Amino acid sequence: MSTATSTGTADATGTEPVEEFRLRARAWLAENLPPAADTPAGNIDDDVWLRARVLQGRIHAGGFAGICFPKEYGGLGLGPDHQHAFNEEAAGYELPIVLNVPSVAICAATILDLGTEEQKKQYLPGIISGRDVWCQLLSEPGGGSDLAGVITKSERNGEDWTINGSKVWSSAAYAADYGLCLTRSNWDVPKHSGLTMFILPLKAPGVTVHRIKLVNGANEFCQVFFDDVRLPAGNVVGAVDDGWATASQQLFHERNAMGGGSPYVSGPRFSKAAHGPNLLELARETGQLGDTSVRDQLADVRIMQVVSKQLVRRIGSAIATGELTPQASSILRLFEAERTWTEYDAAFRIAGANAVAGPSLQDPGHGQAGLRYLSRQAGSLGGGSTEIARNIISERVLGMPREAAADRGVAFKDVKRGGA
Amino acid sequence: MDSDLTPDQKTFRDTTRNFLNKTSSSPQIRALADSGAGTDRTWWSQGAELGWTAMLVPEDLGGGTVSGEPLRDLCLVAREFGRTCAPGPLLTTSAVLTGLAAAGEAHAEAIEAIMTGDSLASWAFYEPSRGWDSSTPGTAADPLPGGGFTLSGTKDRVEAGESADLFLVTAHSPGGPVQVLVPRDTPGLSVTPSWSLDATRRFATLSFAGAVVPPGAVVQRGEAAREAVETQLHNTALLAAAEMTGALQAMFDVTVQWMFDRYTFGRPLASYQALKHRMADNKTAMEACLATTAGAAGALDSGAPDAHEMVSIAKAYVGDKVPAILQDFVQLHGGLGVTWEHDLHLYLRRTACDRALYGTPDEHRRRIAATLEGNAA
Ligand SMILES: Cc1cc2nc3c(=O)[nH]c(=O)nc-3n(C[C@H](O)[C@H](O)[C@H](O)COP(=O)(O)OP(=O)(O)OC[C@H]3O[C@@H](n4cnc5c(N)ncnc54)[C@H](O)[C@@H]3O)c2cc1C
Repeated sequence: MSTATSTGTADATGTEPVEEFRLRARAWLAENLPPAADTPAGNIDDDVWLRARVLQGRIHAGGFAGICFPKEYGGLGLGPDHQHAFNEEAAGYELPIVLNVPSVAICAATILDLGTEEQKKQYLPGIISGRDVWCQLLSEPGGGSDLAGVITKSERNGEDWTINGSKVWSSAAYAADYGLCLTRSNWDVPKHSGLTMFILPLKAPGVTVHRIKLVNGANEFCQVFFDDVRLPAGNVVGAVDDGWATASQQLFHERNAMGGGSPYVSGPRFSKAAHGPNLLELARETGQLGDTSVRDQLADVRIMQVVSKQLVRRIGSAIATGELTPQASSILRLFEAERTWTEYDAAFRIAGANAVAGPSLQDPGHGQAGLRYLSRQAGSLGGGSTEIARNIISERVLGMPREAAADRGVAFKDVKRGGA
Repeated sequence: MDSDLTPDQKTFRDTTRNFLNKTSSSPQIRALADSGAGTDRTWWSQGAELGWTAMLVPEDLGGGTVSGEPLRDLCLVAREFGRTCAPGPLLTTSAVLTGLAAAGEAHAEAIEAIMTGDSLASWAFYEPSRGWDSSTPGTAADPLPGGGFTLSGTKDRVEAGESADLFLVTAHSPGGPVQVLVPRDTPGLSVTPSWSLDATRRFATLSFAGAVVPPGAVVQRGEAAREAVETQLHNTALLAAAEMTGALQAMFDVTVQWMFDRYTFGRPLASYQALKHRMADNKTAMEACLATTAGAAGALDSGAPDAHEMVSIAKAYVGDKVPAILQDFVQLHGGLGVTWEHDLHLYLRRTACDRALYGTPDEHRRRIAATLEGNAA
């Protein structure tokens, strides 16, 4: 199917037609953004974040940031078709892709849905313009899948709140200005009922960020410690003790973004820079382009890329029309994990010995293919694991019985917890 | 998703669905399978009246679409065929009509007869041990003075071959590929029924030994014929994919229901996480099958430059997934799943056929790789 665009003249509200917007974006991109580098950046580090902020600032000044966010909060007030057109035009340019997830597509989207008017006015323009980077402070050393079991404690002190505890696996917390932090505010009720979500400035006194090194050598993961961190009541997102509602919305945006269904993600999903090696080139370079099994793998990768886009369109419109529940975004999340495996595994197989030793660690078809292979599961854990996605699909989409839970209906203080 | 169908398309789909529910229920399909008979021509004519044969024929030749998107419309029919394992020669007839319509006016009469169901036509393309590569048919068309041909060679896996009145035969002449229309009673043509994995679809082998084809029976030659054959193959591969998705949808619902109804160790199958997770994977793959089939239909209808690649992607993906998932459904049904009584095998048979016909997943993967290589060059 060709691109889902609705062309036509400006409507009564003066919305720019998609095709005009596309042409304007095309011209602007050509003048203002450098082409994407052939090799991915490898490790995401301080300079990557700095560069991303600069690029986002440029896109914002050029009038192409926050396409699907309302104008009053610093966005453009346009629709997914406009974003889609921009994404197509932006393929091949260097883009601040690291800002998409979680900053824009998850954190900003959640604030837009559930933040107060003041919060939206105060925080969204900063995210959209690239001034502020946000992270997610959800998972804890005690568990990520069982997210409602968090034990980071929030206590009310008059007008303020005090936060104590620790979060882990927080991507890019070291580079972030703010985080959405899920805490336990009430221990006397069952686990889902005693949670509160906060906007937490990472530069606030009492916050310490430690970086964690990953299997592929990257260290964008962090553990974050809170020691008597003071937050004003205005930092609560959603209602006190109703943080699970906020977290659920946030997780919806996360699954959607992980699956490729978010209208807030800006830039192409399969860009040269964002994705691995050119497998066809790699097969040629390694003398295997004539090999039938290698050709099958090239085709498989292509199949999964195309089907992924088609699936995003299908599930997206089915959720929009109410034919499927929003939980169906887990279908996208699950498929995207499978697509990643197909691609990483193919790259590793085709690269052969090149992926494990040699002169070029930075080459996407060589060292990077090896590193991606090692960290293959990251995409199946981050954004909620594929097992949890399967639980959601079977229970919330197909309506199958919920898993037994020993903590249902039990005051959280009486719930058994593991030692980790 | 069905929410993006026009009201006309919905009506069209529902009419077909109601008709098939009435005429192709499981007992009816089983009776037909037991009888060994091929296509019921009265039934097929009724289907033709519902519009199944009109979509690929332009309006000036008496055809017409529901929505202006012939392949999307036709995929709706194919999906309903899949849902009931309906027995009609939908795929092969569509291939023939694609080829005849590409040649325009000249074959208006044959088109008309096929559209009404008065004439049953089948595409004779496949040849023993040659695969679904359309480039070099081994069947020879030797030119006769005056523009006709004599045919010699063997065609295989010809759907509804035994009952068809007319064959669109893809052959090779010294001047390149040709397609010719050959009536069943042509001297020098013999038709031998073959076995079929499908319960109701019948196939045959055609042998041509100097069968004479008059000039008026030539449909297309040369580059035009080559292009037409490719389009026939892609249209038909797409319909096979759509049929498989329909079969998958039907059996998915049956299996989910079964998982709620069947209890082991005091709880329903649907409550076991190991099984729930498999159904989550199956659901995801099913949505992906529906998405890619719709994507390919849209690409063909809009004449997108990558339409043939989109079809190969759909046929390869759906062909790999659907029979494998149906096998999983068999497993989830336990012993019941491997009985003749349960309908699952009817669907497994149908989708196994659809997977293997009009390009296997492997053959389509090879096309995709070639396209990638071509695009990169
Ligand atoms: C790349 C990446 C980025 C991340 N970014 C962030 C971030 O920015 N902020 C943040 O807060 N967190 C982040 N995470 C954490 C992530 O959300 C968790 O890792 C994830 O939710 C799994 O939780 P866990 O690691 O505690 O594993 P556990 O919950 O301990 O699970 C261990 C294993 O058991 C399985 N499992 C658990 N429960 C069940 C069940 N009920 N049924 C079946 N299987 C089950 C899991 O699927 C997993 O395979 C990130 C993780 C990764 C890999």
